[in-house]
Amino acid sequence: MIVLEHLTKKFDKFTSVDNLSLHIHKGEFFGLLGPNGAGKTTTIRMLMTLARPTSGRIIIDGQDMTRNAPALKAEIGLVPQHINLDNELTPRENLDLHGRLFGIPTKERRERIEELLHFVELEGRADEIVRKFSGGMKRRVLIARALMHRPHILLLDEPTIGLDPMTRRKIWELVRKLNTNGQTVLLTTHYLEEAEALCNRVGLMNKGRLVELGTPEELKIRTGPFVVEIDKGGERRGHFFPTREAGLAFMQQLHHEGHTDPVSLRATHLEDVFIHITEAPPSAIGSLQATREEKQKS
Amino acid sequence: MSKATTLSLWNGVQTILWQEYLLFERRFWRNMASTMVTPLLYLIAFGFGLGRGIRFEGTSYLEFVIPGIVALTTMNGSFNAVATPVNIARMYDKTFEEYLTAPISMLAITSGRILAGALRGLFSGTMMLVLTLLFGVHLKITPLFFLMLFLNCLLFAGFGFWAALTIQSHSDVTKFNSFVINPMSFLCGTFFSLQSIPGPLALFLKILPLTHTTTGLRAIASGQGVPWWNLTALAFFASLFFLLSLRACYQVED
Ligand SMILES: Nc1ncnc2c1ncn2[C@@H]1O[C@H](COP(=O)(O)OP(=O)(O)OP(=O)(O)O)[C@@H](O)[C@H]1O
Ligand SMILES: [Mg+2]
Repeated sequence: MIVLEHLTKKFDKFTSVDNLSLHIHKGEFFGLLGPNGAGKTTTIRMLMTLARPTSGRIIIDGQDMTRNAPALKAEIGLVPQHINLDNELTPRENLDLHGRLFGIPTKERRERIEELLHFVELEGRADEIVRKFSGGMKRRVLIARALMHRPHILLLDEPTIGLDPMTRRKIWELVRKLNTNGQTVLLTTHYLEEAEALCNRVGLMNKGRLVELGTPEELKIRTGPFVVEIDKGGERRGHFFPTREAGLAFMQQLHHEGHTDPVSLRATHLEDVFIHITEAPPSAIGSLQATREEKQKS
Repeated sequence: MSKATTLSLWNGVQTILWQEYLLFERRFWRNMASTMVTPLLYLIAFGFGLGRGIRFEGTSYLEFVIPGIVALTTMNGSFNAVATPVNIARMYDKTFEEYLTAPISMLAITSGRILAGALRGLFSGTMMLVLTLLFGVHLKITPLFFLMLFLNCLLFAGFGFWAALTIQSHSDVTKFNSFVINPMSFLCGTFFSLQSIPGPLALFLKILPLTHTTTGLRAIASGQGVPWWNLTALAFFASLFFLLSLRACYQVED
């Protein structure tokens, strides 16, 4: 289990993560979402002790996470947001280095390397130096590397960015399988369909704070499981409703009022929730709902 | 230390040495060229150009200057084998994170990187010595000579590691080279005896680590017995930079 207690990170005066408290349960697939600069990467870096919390605690499996905690680090696999492979080494050597650092015996290491190179479909280019690889190929090596030592906890910071759709699905399948086998996964992503497909629970961060927390279903219900979209001069606005009927009523009302902009009704996606929450400041969300309710009444 | 910690320390150090060796092999000629050019030029200009005929402190100038050139070669070699790559690994490639997130102790990272850098420096120094021997210079190269040289390497590899982890931009590595390493190359009794320097300045120069190496190496090479004082001073500086490096390893971010 991963416990974050009042975690705060300040860079000079700027607060990047603001009093974040969160429990991620064993075996959970947790998604940390939020717009650029929300503080997701900083949180993951603190978890991995790459950044030091200004205040607060990180407890993993009942132990305080510190920089010199080899036993805890052995349990964690990290796919960082930026590619930090050794460019002068080949994929095979990068994996070998990782395996050695994690103390995997030679024979097992060799087998694991072959297995993972096969999985990320890089056997053919395993002995070329990484510098010459395409972005997506490097990222595949990065993912393979994180899995080398069969970690119990996976921290994935935008792991599938820049991957082609087939590879992405394959990675999804794999992490899902790992998760069903009991591994805990913390994922950040800007692909909301990815979060929706994989995560048991998501947390939404904005400006360093955790602003929403729940299962994707709960978040959708809280915002409104149905959305009416109005296209007004190229700009699309969403209005959320608790039921399909309420949505339909709203559309009819628009029609009666003589609006001619194209409208459509559909089920809410996690992406709609994300945009709804991050677009409007919390105070504005309340007033938005108020105007909508007024409209419905009149 | 428990058996498990010792094992993991050895595992970490060994892995770092393995990686460094891979890269050393891969960039062999590039490295050799860049680390050997300057000392070779010194050797030609100050040694063979000036030194053949000149007598100096009872020996030929060539015999006087070679320990100095070997000392500065190992200093530069060790410092630059660590400072530049570790700084790039930390600030740009971010490959230093691979160590920080691995289950190896900070002691293993510090020891491994410093040891690897020191071995690189020792290699350059040895190449230099081989070259001078080919030119028929007679020096007493004893195991103690190598011990002293290796201490010098550890010291400057440690200095380089500490610098790499504490500076805020890569251009600061250049500053360390221009304002610390280069002045020491010339002033620490490498090319001339400190006896010709006025009092207070000489005193300051005599404290600097490289001075201990040059005077110590010279004493050993000319058969004047064991330079205990210089050895102690080098061991002290090497330990100091090791501890500073270890602390930096615990504290470094980004
Ligand atoms: N080393 C640093 N020094 C100063 N500010 C930093 C540093 N690292 C991160 N920040 C700031 O902290 C904030 C959060 O950054 P972070 O990388 O955690 O965001 P993120 O949620 O991962 O964003 P993205 O989706 O773009 O990856 C940003 O405003 C960023 O500028
Ligand atoms: Mg990020």
